[in-house]
Formats: sequence, structure tokens, C-alpha cells
Amino acid sequence: MARALVNVPKRAHRGEVIEVKTLIAHPMETGYRPGPSGRILPRDIISRFTCTYGGEEVFSAELHPAVSANPYLAFTLEARESGPITLTWTGDNGFRQVETALIEVA
Amino acid sequence: MAKPLTRRHALRTGAAAAAASLLVTPVLATPDERAEAIRAFAGGAEIRDGRVKLDLPPLVENGNAAPLGVEVDSPMTDADHVRRIAVFNERNPQPNVVTAAFGPRSGRASLGTRIRLATSQRITAVAEMSDGTYWSASADVIVTLAACVEG
Repeated sequence: MARALVNVPKRAHRGEVIEVKTLIAHPMETGYRPGPSGRILPRDIISRFTCTYGGEEVFSAELHPAVSANPYLAFTLEARESGPITLTWTGDNGFRQVETALIEVA
Repeated sequence: MAKPLTRRHALRTGAAAAAASLLVTPVLATPDERAEAIRAFAGGAEIRDGRVKLDLPPLVENGNAAPLGVEVDSPMTDADHVRRIAVFNERNPQPNVVTAAFGPRSGRASLGTRIRLATSQRITAVAEMSDGTYWSASADVIVTLAACVEG
């Protein structure tokens, strides 16, 4: 499991726009860089990120090798109901990680 | 006039692609490849300047992680929202950086991330609206320490 940081406010008012910030530990090896032996290291990146809220996909991103190592993503959501916000990263070599954050909407 | 054959075209020619990609050397993309990637994203539709705000420092010390922010002027309602935002570069090995999908539940059309820059270049962000129009903004960036492409 890679280390992931997820920053979502615990509480929000209905209709408020909240910011979700995520950071996950991953080398994002581009596939263009030689390793210590001089041979090109194979590509190993996170290629897709999705965020579901209230059972609906509300944000997704396709990442390419030009995204920095330890990819950081920040985006916004409109707080509509209390519930889990599920974040999923998937990538090369079967990489998959799921994190959940709970938000209480008053 | 025939279209000039680029490495990108060559790689697309079916079965050869898999074998050829093993031989890829870090050749930097050209502004043409960026233009083609943008055309592919917009499906050939007209792209107008405006509505998109691209936030990128004009001088980047470390090309391995340059902060990038994109914000699009949109009410983000069911009827009028931003569907996708894509970021393109012209001088990294590949023209695509990130493509994000939004919806009316996004509240605001804003995206923040960190990108690699192989050298000083121009970055373009393109937004697709729910009414099918495309808007874009570009920014030039000077990089003092390039992201490792050569090693």
C-alpha cells in the first residue's frame, strides 16, 4: 500500500463548495529515463484517478508521464449530502489503491 | 500534399507499434505533436481563447515538480458546466499531461496538480464545455533545472 494523504473537510454546509486535496506516494517512472545500469526503466505510472461521492462519479483524471512523482491532485466538489467520498488510483503493474473520507453535510 | 510522417504516426501503424515502442529513445515532442494532441482532444472543433485561467509560475527552478492550476469560468450547473479540462505541453516526450473530467457536482471547475517540464516551453490548457464549445489559455514557462529525461 502506498502512503496517501487525503484532505477533505469533515463538515460542510449544504451547497458549499469544498476542496479535496490528494497526494499519493508513487515514483511515476516515465519510461524515458535510464536506470543505474544504463537501460531505460520501464514505465510505471498511475494512469487514472476517480472520485465518487454519493455513489456517483464526480471527478476523474487521466494522468500521463508528465505528472510529477507522488502525484498531487486538487479539485472541488459541491457538498450535497453526508456520506463517503471514495478516491481510487489505478495504474501500471496492477497498481490500485482506494481511500475513503467521510463528510458530514448540515 | 501528404502529411509529414512523424514518429507518432509511425507508432500508430498497428502491430509495429508494440515492437517499436521498446526502442523509444527520449525524443522530445514537437509543437506539431502538441497541436495534433489538442486537435484530437477537441475532435477538430474550433478552440477559442478565454474563460480558462492557467496558473503556472513563469520561472520554474525544478522541472521535476512545477505547480499547475487551471480554473475555468463557468456556473457549473446541470445546463452549463465544464465537461473536461486537458493540459498539453510541447517539449516533453509526450504532449499530454493530464485530462480531468468534471460535472455539475464539481461546484467549481478547478484543477491543481504538479507537472514535469523537460525544458522551457509553452503549456496550454483546453476546456470542453457542456454546450460543446472549447476554450483555452497558454502560458510560457522557463525551467532552470530540467526534469530528468536523459538520466
